[in-house]
Amino acid sequence: MARFYDVELGSRLMLGTAQYPSPAVLAAAFRASGAGVATVSLRREGGGSRAGEDFWRIIRELGVRVLPNTAGCHSVREAVTTAEMAREVFGTPWIKLEVIGNTDTLQPDPFALVEAARILLADGFEVFPYTTEDLVVAGRLVDAGCRVLMPWGAPIGSGLGLVNPYGLRALRARFPDVALVVDAGLGLPSHAAAAMEMGYDAVLLNTAVARAGDPVTMARAFARAIEAGALAAGADPMPARDMAAASTPEIGRAFLE
Amino acid sequence: MRIVLNGETREVRAGRLDAALAELGYRGATVATAVNGGFVPAAARPATPIADGDRVEVLAPRQGG
Repeated sequence: MARFYDVELGSRLMLGTAQYPSPAVLAAAFRASGAGVATVSLRREGGGSRAGEDFWRIIRELGVRVLPNTAGCHSVREAVTTAEMAREVFGTPWIKLEVIGNTDTLQPDPFALVEAARILLADGFEVFPYTTEDLVVAGRLVDAGCRVLMPWGAPIGSGLGLVNPYGLRALRARFPDVALVVDAGLGLPSHAAAAMEMGYDAVLLNTAVARAGDPVTMARAFARAIEAGALAAGADPMPARDMAAASTPEIGRAFLE
Repeated sequence: MRIVLNGETREVRAGRLDAALAELGYRGATVATAVNGGFVPAAARPATPIADGDRVEVLAPRQGG
């Protein structure tokens, strides 16, 4: 079981709800994935439209927890206001805090992220900050009160996987008691398995499933990879070494020259 | 008066946010609101005045990653 603030979840997969070919495929992918959390957003609604309500009904029927995001926000004020609006609409203190600092890489602005996290935590939010693997920024977020950190694997939507495994391992080692979720950049189930093998608590992904040719099968593949990676992490993996070490005993080997 | 609703200029007669929302087709909708960049909770809409030139944002649930 993984714990996120005071909530224990059996599933270690958080799945996004964007970019699916249809609402039916979205729902089928969620069922196949076993995801325990769905990420959602807020966007402008036209007068007379009920698109938001229709979408919200689909998500509620999934029976999973929702994690609203502040995607697209570039300033502390935007992110805080969006979080406040999301808490009212979705009825949860959880917020995936994104404060974007670069439009090419969509990487977080760590300075604004820490400031926004402080404001939201003081207001009762349970903040899931989308951050980098930087140890110092992570420390500031934990000092501010974050009990979950969500470092990127790679830029959002890139599918590159874990581009800095050293940094992600260092983060895991430095913060053994903080829930860590690799968020963004995963493209393949093997990327998710690698994150879990490092001892991460969960992964959050969207595009890798939604943009696959067969999202439902890919969702199932991620579910199995995450389960395998988590099992492996709990089984105390052997240390890697540079030189060969024979596994078959030397004792009793025949001399046949 | 004219307000800027979700980035578009609109004419409204109502002087309070809840009435303006009803006038603009949002009656009963699942939305969150902000005026001039500040969150306005649903319970505060009846007491929130709307003035000429105000920027009103009306947001609803959407897909997200």
